[in-house]
Parts: sequence; structure tokens; C-alpha cells
Amino acid sequence: MILLDETDKKLLNLVQLDFPLDAHPFRILADKTGISEDEVIKRMQRLLDEGAVRRIGPIINSKETGRVGTLVALKAPEEKIEQIAELINSYPEVSHNYLRPGDYNVWFTLSASSNERLQEILEELRQEIQCPMMDLPTTQLFKIGVKFKIK
Amino acid sequence: MEMTDIQKQILILTQEGIPITSSPYQDISQQLGITEEEVVKQITLMKELGIIRRFGASIGHRDIGITANAMCVWNVPDEDVEDVGGIMATIDDVTHCYARPRHPGWPYNIFTMVHSYSRDDCLAIAEEISKLTGIDDYKVMFSEKEFKKIGIRL
Repeated sequence: MILLDETDKKLLNLVQLDFPLDAHPFRILADKTGISEDEVIKRMQRLLDEGAVRRIGPIINSKETGRVGTLVALKAPEEKIEQIAELINSYPEVSHNYLRPGDYNVWFTLSASSNERLQEILEELRQEIQCPMMDLPTTQLFKIGVKFKIK
Repeated sequence: MEMTDIQKQILILTQEGIPITSSPYQDISQQLGITEEEVVKQITLMKELGIIRRFGASIGHRDIGITANAMCVWNVPDEDVEDVGGIMATIDDVTHCYARPRHPGWPYNIFTMVHSYSRDDCLAIAEEISKLTGIDDYKVMFSEKEFKKIGIRL
């Protein structure tokens, strides 16, 4: 667990949504937090090194890159969960895969280069895994923010 | 949306993270042989065009103590999906909110992701959402294990 002081938290809440697009972005953050640019850079580097920040960069809109995605839930038998999860993970098109409680216990997201490719993967997995599967594509998007409120 | 070659190159150079230096966009521009202003202009443009959803820090939320994540699923009357989804999206702790199809034996048609510091926090947030929207047929599903998590790359 990474320890954060109030300045770190302030920085983290500032840089998630709109990182400054300016010749000297850390100078702008320095002005907003009341510390020097050097100090901001030092702190951001530590936050990166320790994993509080994974990267600062673009979050690409998958739709704009022509990718087609869905959420899939399946009822995996207890004793086969690990094996099934491994098979699912072997597809580079799988971005998230979680174990959750309940009848439907394996939940993963797929993002493929075309709908054909998406359907092909789903069909392969149906054949290979042979357990009940729900295909849950987004019909309406209300929010995809992933800005964390850091307290 | 067709991206230009220079836009693609900027995305490829920045998607693993910009350098933490006093002038990161200049560092990138030098690698591409274009001006710093052009890099900033193209990133701004890609944000406006929606190619980039956001330009900022991805947080290692588990590493800073935001360890609980719950997928909350809601059974919402079809005619209310629009309104209820809109309300849920306004809640800070809700990071994602989508409508998805129902299936036999699966009546839930709105999915929200809630991230917080503890499972109790998540449960309290779900309860708050329920009170706010009047939807009381819902499930909170915590993740018991992360098998895989990666972001979208070009």
C-alpha cells in the first residue's frame, strides 16, 4: 500500500481527467498545488515508480478505433474455473477478466477488430468451454469515467 | 474515424506514458521530427474528435487502497432505463454505467461499476443508488479475483 500525503492526493485528483496540454505541464500543476515544478516532477516520478500512477497518456476510445466489444458472463464449474480463466486470458482481445460470486462466476470483456472476429471468439469459447454463457453488449453508454475520488 | 499517420504515431509514442520531464511534449516531438506545438495541437484535436477519451493519469487504484470493486446490476423497467442510467452516471463513485440486454433468468439490464476503499463502502453506495432511483431489485457482485486487466492499445 502506497502512502500518500495531502499534496500527493491533490496531484492525483488533478491529473486524472485533464492532464495539462502545455509546453510545461508540471509547472501548471505546481501553480495549482503551491509547490515547485521540480517538486511536482519528483512526486509524480515516485507515484509512477511505486504504482500509484500507471501512466500518464491517452485513454483511447475503442469505438473510434473501429473496435467492437462486449461483456461476457459464464457459469463455470468450480473445479474448472482456473483452466477456463486461462483459456479466456489467452486471447489478446480480452482486456478484463474477473471471478465474481454467484451462478455466473467468470466475467470478462472482449474487444475485437470487427464484429466477425468477436463472434468467432465467442463461438470458439462456447465450443471449448461448454457451459452457459451470456453475451452482454452495451446497448447504451451512460458513463465511462474512471476518475477515482482519492480521499 | 480515420486517423492521420501523425496522430497514430503520437498515440503509439504516448500510450505507454509520456516522460516525466519539464517539457514532455517536446521530447515526443523530437522523436517524431515535428514541433512541440504540433504535438499539443494534435492531442487536443484527438480529444475533441473523441479519438482520445481522456488524456491523463491512469491510477493504480488497488495500490493506493481503493481495493474494493463491485459490479452492481439493476433490474430497471425498460421505459425508465434512460432516466435511471442518467441519474446513476452522476454519482462520483460510479465509474462506469451501461445498459445491457436481459437474458432468460437474468433480469438485470443496467450495470454500474463502483470502486471504493472497502466492500462496506461499495454496499453503502449501492444502497444510496437504490434510494435515489427507487430501483430495489439489484445485486452487488464483488470481484473475488482479477484474472486479467489491461487497457486498450493501438
